[in-house]
Amino acid sequence: METFANLADGFAIALTWNNLWLALLGCFLGTIMGALPGLGPSNGVAILIPLAFTMGLGATPSLILLTSVYYGAMYGGRISSILLNIPGDEPAMMTCLDGHPMAKNGLAGAALSLSGIASFVGAFIATWGLILLAPQLVKIALLFGPAEYFALFALAFMTLGGVSSTNQAKSAFAAALGLGLATIGVDTQTGVPRFTFGEVHLYDGLDFLVAIVGLFALSEVFIFLEERHGSANADAKKLTIGKLYPPLSMIKQTIPTMLRTSVLGFIAGVLPGAGASLGSFISYSFEKRLVDKDNTFGTGDPRGVAAPEAGNNAAAGGALVPMLALGVPGSGTTAVLLAVLLSLNITPGPLLFSENPDVVWGLIAALFIANFMLLALNIPMVGLFTRVLLVPPRILMPIVAMVSFVGIYGISGSTFDLLVMIAFGVMGWVLRKLDVPLVPIILGTLLGNAMENNLRRAITIDNGNWWTLIDSPLTIILWSIAIVGFILPLVIGRRVKSRMRRDEEGALQD
Amino acid sequence: MSDRIFGVVGLLLAIGFALAALNIEESFLSDAVGPSGFPLIVAAVLALSSIVIVVKPDRAPHWPSLGRLAELLAAVVVMVLYAELLPTLGFVIATAFAAAYLSWRLGSGILASILTGIGSSVGIYVIFHLIFGLSLARGPLGF
Repeated sequence: METFANLADGFAIALTWNNLWLALLGCFLGTIMGALPGLGPSNGVAILIPLAFTMGLGATPSLILLTSVYYGAMYGGRISSILLNIPGDEPAMMTCLDGHPMAKNGLAGAALSLSGIASFVGAFIATWGLILLAPQLVKIALLFGPAEYFALFALAFMTLGGVSSTNQAKSAFAAALGLGLATIGVDTQTGVPRFTFGEVHLYDGLDFLVAIVGLFALSEVFIFLEERHGSANADAKKLTIGKLYPPLSMIKQTIPTMLRTSVLGFIAGVLPGAGASLGSFISYSFEKRLVDKDNTFGTGDPRGVAAPEAGNNAAAGGALVPMLALGVPGSGTTAVLLAVLLSLNITPGPLLFSENPDVVWGLIAALFIANFMLLALNIPMVGLFTRVLLVPPRILMPIVAMVSFVGIYGISGSTFDLLVMIAFGVMGWVLRKLDVPLVPIILGTLLGNAMENNLRRAITIDNGNWWTLIDSPLTIILWSIAIVGFILPLVIGRRVKSRMRRDEEGALQD
Repeated sequence: MSDRIFGVVGLLLAIGFALAALNIEESFLSDAVGPSGFPLIVAAVLALSSIVIVVKPDRAPHWPSLGRLAELLAAVVVMVLYAELLPTLGFVIATAFAAAYLSWRLGSGILASILTGIGSSVGIYVIFHLIFGLSLARGPLGF
């Protein structure tokens, strides 16, 4: 099998001391970032990008470091869900429902290690899914011409709003805003400056890393300044962790749950716009409907801990499929990873698999390795991470802000970029208040140029005929999916979202 | 109400964007679409979604009180000052002040804030500059 030969090559790349060390560092930092409330996977990866660049890492090592952070953050999110009843990041929301009650019943250690195992199973199955599915998707994507790519980008934006936002108008607004920001700078095809207002710094366009760090990390600092809830760590000391290993019967009882929800989460992750939060939500509600015969879900049922954790980690792996195979990320963190690739001058998409097989398979092998490392880090050493939770926001948030500044300054050495980042931070805060999703903005700034180039190429090839955008069967299929994906959430999305809200509120009031 | 204002601002933004797009000077080598085609499509989407937001606003978010808003504004001012003064003061001094300020405003006591400021500044300097070799702003004292 060709796949296995590729995978073996990948392991040959990933199994160097340097890459192993980076994976371990990434897993460790990622778990910490996931565990700390207020620092999610997208923030975590975003503020570490400059570090990867300044360490002079090549493409494969940087990706190994940053995807390990990504997987690690997905593991880490559960820790504060279980111990504090505060999700460490958004996907870990559902883990609060049964994880915290388990902890209150004196089973905190069991809940932590069980969810660690569930995370492992989810991520492991999803990585296999990535190996099997991504090359198939590449085969389809190789048939794409410029018109199809334009339709694909449109599809990504139109479906992105779907579940992540209650208001389709707002996610469309966010996508357009991002695309508009991407057009700033010298036009690549004709060489005329656009929207630069004579400011020389803008001729190169806005650096999307600046936008990402500002929108994600800095706006988080503003949110904390506004609310100033410094007491998030109050309960942590009261809970005893208890025995670290769950009884074998508990693991046996939860295995079918883990397997089912891993598959479910993976599918949710592959779908554009769904991402890990939906993965854990679907997994939890599906399992609840399927196996919760005695109404024990919500009172500390181990299956209720395993389901969302397997689901969200599987979704994290699934989200890598469209990012690598099509160059179209489906979630915030994979968008940030795409930014890394673009900054390294690597264009993800079907050609990545033929032109840079070392990057793809090295990364996949690293994911397997990272997953085992995470299991090792997260079960015996979980006590270490619980201690990190005691760092209060009043110490943590200044550090986050300063690391953001250092990172951006380190890349460009320009005060102008820092000012732009502050502006994005303020904008991010206002937009978050107004419930405008930030991910479409990031995706817009990232994909804007590629989208425009494909549009112009398609139309130029066909001598200025705009109908060329919808005159092949593939484009028609893509546009149909896009339109359905945009309209469907208007009908059913509100219901799903309001249920998610209700469950979330249920989890957070105590 | 917030959403209506937001929508109107968005609409103005879209109009401004479209006007700026129409004013892009044509280059002698142009393709069928030209440099302003795509921005005009984007402006149209921006305008349409803004109109929908005005017509169908969501519930107003919980805005902070005036005091909190001043707090945020002060933080922005400190960050801008930080960005501007970074090249003159040098990384360690500027960062210590900025981090101490943020820590103070997030609820640390005076002494704790100063310690947080100095600690995070020196810590970042050691990790990012001395260990990883990131070039940071150099002040008059060489750090």
